[in-house]
Amino acid sequence: MAALWLLVAVVLLTVVAPVIAQSVFGLDPYRQTLTQRFQAPSLAHPSGTDDLGRDVLARTLVAGRVSLLIGLTIALVSLLIGVPVGLASGFYGGRFDDLSNAVIQTLSNIPALFLLIMISTTLPRDPVLRPFLLAVIIGALGWMGTARLVRGTAFSVRERDYVLAARALGASDGRVIFQHVLPNVFSLVTVIAGFDIAGGILAESALSYLGLGVLPPTASWGSMLAGSLENVTRAPWLVLFPGLAIFLTALSIFLLADGLRDALDPRLKA
Amino acid sequence: MTSGLTRYILRRLVHSVGLLLLISMLGFTIPRLAPGGPAQFLEDPRIGPDFRARVIESFGLNDPLPIQYLKWLGNVARLDFGYSFVDRRPVIEKIWERIPATFQLSLASFVLGLLGIPLGVYAALRRGRWQDQAIRVFTVLGNALPHWWLGLMLLILSASTLRIFPLGGMYTVGNGSLPDRLWHLALPALIGALGGWIGFSRFVRSEILDILGQDYIRTAQAKGLGSRVVLYGHALRNALIPIVTMLGGVLSGLFSGSVLFETTFSWPGLGRMSVDAAFQRDFPVLMALTVIFSALLIFGNLLADIAYGWVDPRVRYD
Repeated sequence: MAALWLLVAVVLLTVVAPVIAQSVFGLDPYRQTLTQRFQAPSLAHPSGTDDLGRDVLARTLVAGRVSLLIGLTIALVSLLIGVPVGLASGFYGGRFDDLSNAVIQTLSNIPALFLLIMISTTLPRDPVLRPFLLAVIIGALGWMGTARLVRGTAFSVRERDYVLAARALGASDGRVIFQHVLPNVFSLVTVIAGFDIAGGILAESALSYLGLGVLPPTASWGSMLAGSLENVTRAPWLVLFPGLAIFLTALSIFLLADGLRDALDPRLKA
Repeated sequence: MTSGLTRYILRRLVHSVGLLLLISMLGFTIPRLAPGGPAQFLEDPRIGPDFRARVIESFGLNDPLPIQYLKWLGNVARLDFGYSFVDRRPVIEKIWERIPATFQLSLASFVLGLLGIPLGVYAALRRGRWQDQAIRVFTVLGNALPHWWLGLMLLILSASTLRIFPLGGMYTVGNGSLPDRLWHLALPALIGALGGWIGFSRFVRSEILDILGQDYIRTAQAKGLGSRVVLYGHALRNALIPIVTMLGGVLSGLFSGSVLFETTFSWPGLGRMSVDAAFQRDFPVLMALTVIFSALLIFGNLLADIAYGWVDPRVRYD
């Protein structure tokens, strides 16, 4: 339950707080004050300022929108590919199963991070298009686990008596899939979605930390950490706050997904 | 059995070659999609047009694409990955000199990470008690925590209050002694081992709990074997079998290293090289690394699958 509240707090903070911070406290995430560079945390700037004198707290809050959106997009893409593929190969088996297995094998044998590094050099610098394409590509490279899990469940549901009964009553494949198989994988998919979102946020932050993901001036939690090595001695608060945001967000999503798993489907309990 | 295994290996080898060809095509095509093409590094306005044309010609970038691909592929087959766009040195030479650094850090991280196995055994034996809970909390926190960020935070600590560890690099300049090198290795290796502790401990814990419920464990206990013999001789040995499947990732990881940790700790290995190459648009280096690491991963996975059948006779190849 605490995880849920923490997550709600993070989402509310990233969505609402930047507006309040800007209108009430006058903290603008983009305003540069070059006389106020590298200010340590104080009352005026609770998380200090960065190399261009921008308020780190305001930036961390705004960056959360980008990071969360990217995490959601990654999860969405990975589910949109993984769930149908898993359902179809579990339900139909046979040649389709072989084919999807071959594709999964192939993708699992590609060093994804190196491919991403290479692809990152070809992406446009556009502040909206680049994060979006990045998320789609990360999602498209990471749906294999989802497909495998969904396939397993679909496969076992197919053999149940109630599916046999539905077939005996003349139900079509589509009806069996949507009425019987899909509801059974639903709780599993909810849990996977949680892990995918958190995993997506972590993946984006890593790539942006390397300087190859989201590029400045757009702020994501990862891109705020790009070039951190120089700040280790000079301005530790620049490293602390965005990382803390990543950690707490990922943690709350993981815990929530864990709790959901136990609540929705006790059989999945570890 | 033997002929089945031979046929299996042959089939997998054919698949692997096909897969490598596919990846090489990907690795060749992606730079061509970059804005400005593969010769983007020449976009600098200070570079004159005739010099630009000469360089492009010298790298063979004027040939038709299929010809370029076949030429490149032919060279790659002879382990010639061409010349770096940045310093014109042979790519294979640049890669070769980075391998020791990467291998050192990866091996240290892996060996330290193996401590996750006893951790998992311990958690399984103390199931439900506070020790198990504590290890569980550690793994949950560790999964949500970006390890490279933890590394940065420890660097901050080393830079300010706790001046225990160096701030990066492999050794102090002018002092390449063994203690100095180990001192530089300690923090990166510990951070790199975190993944192993988390992964192995979870895996081994659930495997052991699974196996302790099996009939052959009850048989062993029923015939009066001591709990120690049952645990180490029966349960642990069987629990470790599936770990062999992780071998593929481990083998390729030993050479490819960690992009994130090498960047964080200024470690001059292949991981950081790939990031630098991406920044410099040094596509020959990037293409070479992609092909080499894919080959290692594919080969490692093949070895792992063969080894799995060797340690677990229940596995059949057909």
